[in-house]
Amino acid sequence: MMDQPSARAAIICLALSLAACGSSPPAKHQDYPEPVFAAQRIVPANAVDIQKVYDPWEGMNKRIYNFNYYFDRWVFLPVVRGWEAAVPRPARVGVHNFFENFRDVRTMANSLLQASPGKFFQSTGRVLVNSTIGLFGLIDVASSMGMPKPDEDFGQTLGHWGVGTGPYLVLPLLGPSNLRDGVGLVPDFMLQDYIQNDLLAQPVRATAFLFDSIDTRAHTTFRYYETGSAFEYQTVRWLYTTKRELDVEK
Amino acid sequence: MTIADFSQRMVVGFILLMLASFASATVTVKDYGYPLTDRYAATVVGTPEGYEARLPEYIPFKKRWLTVFPERQLPDLLWYGKEMIYSVALQKKAAPLIFLIAGTGAAHNGGKNTNMARAFYQAGFHVVALSSPTYPNFVTSASSTGVVGDAQRDAADLYHVMEMIWAELDEDIDATSFNLTGYSLGGFNSAYVAKLDEERKTFNFRRVLLINPPVSLYNSISLLDRMTQSIPGGEDNFAGFFERLVQGFSKIYKDEDDIGGDFLYKAYKAMHLQNEELAALIGVSFRISSGSMVFTSDVMTDYGFVKPKGLELDRYADLTVYDQVLSRVGFTDYYHDFFYPYYKADYPQMSRDEFIAAIGLHSIADYLRNSPKITVMHNQDDIILEPGEIEFFNEVFGDRATIYPHGGHCGNMNYRDNVAHMVATFTGEAQ
Repeated sequence: MMDQPSARAAIICLALSLAACGSSPPAKHQDYPEPVFAAQRIVPANAVDIQKVYDPWEGMNKRIYNFNYYFDRWVFLPVVRGWEAAVPRPARVGVHNFFENFRDVRTMANSLLQASPGKFFQSTGRVLVNSTIGLFGLIDVASSMGMPKPDEDFGQTLGHWGVGTGPYLVLPLLGPSNLRDGVGLVPDFMLQDYIQNDLLAQPVRATAFLFDSIDTRAHTTFRYYETGSAFEYQTVRWLYTTKRELDVEK
Repeated sequence: MTIADFSQRMVVGFILLMLASFASATVTVKDYGYPLTDRYAATVVGTPEGYEARLPEYIPFKKRWLTVFPERQLPDLLWYGKEMIYSVALQKKAAPLIFLIAGTGAAHNGGKNTNMARAFYQAGFHVVALSSPTYPNFVTSASSTGVVGDAQRDAADLYHVMEMIWAELDEDIDATSFNLTGYSLGGFNSAYVAKLDEERKTFNFRRVLLINPPVSLYNSISLLDRMTQSIPGGEDNFAGFFERLVQGFSKIYKDEDDIGGDFLYKAYKAMHLQNEELAALIGVSFRISSGSMVFTSDVMTDYGFVKPKGLELDRYADLTVYDQVLSRVGFTDYYHDFFYPYYKADYPQMSRDEFIAAIGLHSIADYLRNSPKITVMHNQDDIILEPGEIEFFNEVFGDRATIYPHGGHCGNMNYRDNVAHMVATFTGEAQ
């Protein structure tokens, strides 16, 4: 497995080199015949764009979006398919539950940081039940018992204390995000890494990150460009932003 | 019971009797238990939990890719759209096969198609689910011209694709018969595909079910276009209206543990939406999906509808300005200022009105009247029909039309009685 510092360095380099390219220069419309419905006649000057999202890095973001498609196509999704073919469903469910248990730990920590006792006790209850009766998280007993599953991460914690989202950001491999949520991934990741290091034997620990990624992708139905709409990028951008806004308020 | 109560019931009973005598030919649905009696609410909310058909959670509903036009070169902006995507759920043994065609702007694996796939797979069918010809992926990969909306041409494109899919599947599975259904525009498409099959005879469809189809395409899209005008405060107040919706949504989202099946129903009940607001919501969602179709066609053909002719957009281009224009352009505008001029030369003898009027089930009424294999499932209060248009189905299909008293546009499709009806249509157990 690639060691993490160099992986992160590689990602940052990629991001910086992509940031250098802006979005395509806006075409000069006067060079072309006016279309049947031209913006200057149709769109009032004071029109409000309801799907407006602050996205100064659109050019870079769209390139990463494009890159993610190819990564999905040639690496990520074939690996996911292999995983689904090779590992029987009950085992995959176990792995999924195992990592979901860490999400609950993440929620515990962030509920604490948000001074939110309700969510803290809910997630703590889940972790206690699932880590014991649920055999180290392999079985999601808590959900079967109907225990609610709040979901809090460090991006939401920052939002909770008033930190704005910053620019929209498409992360390599991970997809839609924004500066705040992207930064928030780091402490969340470090927490999970720390617990896993304590908990797991060396050979398992080394591959945990890999299996977590495969499991996450397997449970994410989104496929780049599959809506076929030319407006997919801005629709996804708006949906992500709105959902995160609601998640922070929640 | 008071006298007043009694006389009121008499009057109601009398009116019902009168109505029943008018609707003699149609199958009347008694004791219909779908809970939403408001046509707009039904259309938006669908079927609340507890009223849905019991269907398997998991079926092997898998995506597949098909290259329909190997030589086709796509503009860079639409570079990803060369292969047509569809879904199948196949039985292991010989079984009847059913094609599903999605409604306007909907994908092969959208919610309604997925539910139907579950129902038919459970009933023992091979299921092949197709996107609507108005879905951008179909426009780029499977439409012969890139400009959709002509019933006959779309049917020919669909038929072509279905033949190609069957040629591939034929190697792996046995189909004991071919069947066809579709909802909304997909129901309309199905009627034309069935008619084409009488000439081409590749499938010799055994049964065909049209679910909530429009009668005249132009009438239906006009109705949907007009719904955007119901935005409280007018179309220019859309931003405010939208903001209020998101806020209402957010309040419910915060109180709910998960956004499960009943989220929409709860949201609807909690937000006390007025009919005009629900209509506006339907109009806007229709406009978003039609807008993305129209733009796809515009870019595919370089017609110059909203994108200046000759301007080449690459895959990273900023599209904000086109999005803004398209949110203000109706589907009827597309018909008049793009679709009709684009095809005018092919039909020199027809006026604009004649051409547009020809796109409707009226034009194939004789075929529909004399085809016992075709049945209809519709709702008396469907919002995409002009007043009186529902009578077309009674008149043409007679007892092959089942008209439910309410359900709006496709709102009751997941209701258990309707799902049972759909399946029984093809298994031959009812009717």
